[in-house]
Amino acid sequence: MDLSLSNRPEGDKTVVEVGGEIDVYTAPRLREQLVDLVADGKYHLVVDMERVDFLDSTGLGVLVGGLKRVRAHDGSLRLVCTQERILKIFRITGLTKVFPIHDSVEDALAATD
Amino acid sequence: MTTVTVRFSALPAHVRTARLVAAAVARRSGVDEAVLDEVRLAVGEACSRAVDLHQRHAPDVPVTLALTDAGTSFRVEVVDAASPEAPDASPIDLAETAENADAGDGFDGGILPSNVGIAVISGLVDDLAVERRGDGLALCMTWPLGGHGQRAAAEAQSAKAPQATA
Repeated sequence: MDLSLSNRPEGDKTVVEVGGEIDVYTAPRLREQLVDLVADGKYHLVVDMERVDFLDSTGLGVLVGGLKRVRAHDGSLRLVCTQERILKIFRITGLTKVFPIHDSVEDALAATD
Repeated sequence: MTTVTVRFSALPAHVRTARLVAAAVARRSGVDEAVLDEVRLAVGEACSRAVDLHQRHAPDVPVTLALTDAGTSFRVEVVDAASPEAPDASPIDLAETAENADAGDGFDGGILPSNVGIAVISGLVDDLAVERRGDGLALCMTWPLGGHGQRAAAEAQSAKAPQATA
């Protein structure tokens, strides 16, 4: 399954819905989406990964890049993910300490630092 | 013992094909469903790494993926032709990298260390061996096969039997 991307405003945050496979081939499209949102002044992002089937280290790199971008504007990047197979790769790489990971979009939207 | 070998041009788009083939052959060999995600991710990381190396050092040489059902184990080899040095397969903690990476031009591609893929593999796969092959390396990953694999082997055996008696 290819990558699917969409985004919608929710209050002062923007929810980015990602589905399908994030790998070395599709990750540039996710990067482009995050770059465009930040360029458009959207600095508080919630990336909903519940429909992601596959994520590799290239995808992790793009998410870390997105985090750096929003932080440069005092923004935030939260992830929504309950899938064990996806969470595992965040744990292996120590990135669970970097990204706030939520169980639901509602939870991520309600969160404040 | 049966083997499927795939050789593909060093293009990111083919990494997905490599994952699909690996998962299909692993399933056929009797790799547990719960482990298939691990196989898919490990093969994806290994092939991404090889494609990246080939694109920089040997763009015209294909990457080789070999999948072997050895009866009691399922073995995957990803062979590149352009590893200048052996990768560092030690565990990785990107938390500090992510916190400290410069907000300059190293934003994405270069933001994570180049050995992150192989660190993910070694975090996932218990049995990982790295062997020198010519100018490159072979990443060899092995998963044990349970009852299903033995059953597939038994089926293969009985399929051969009529010919043996003929």
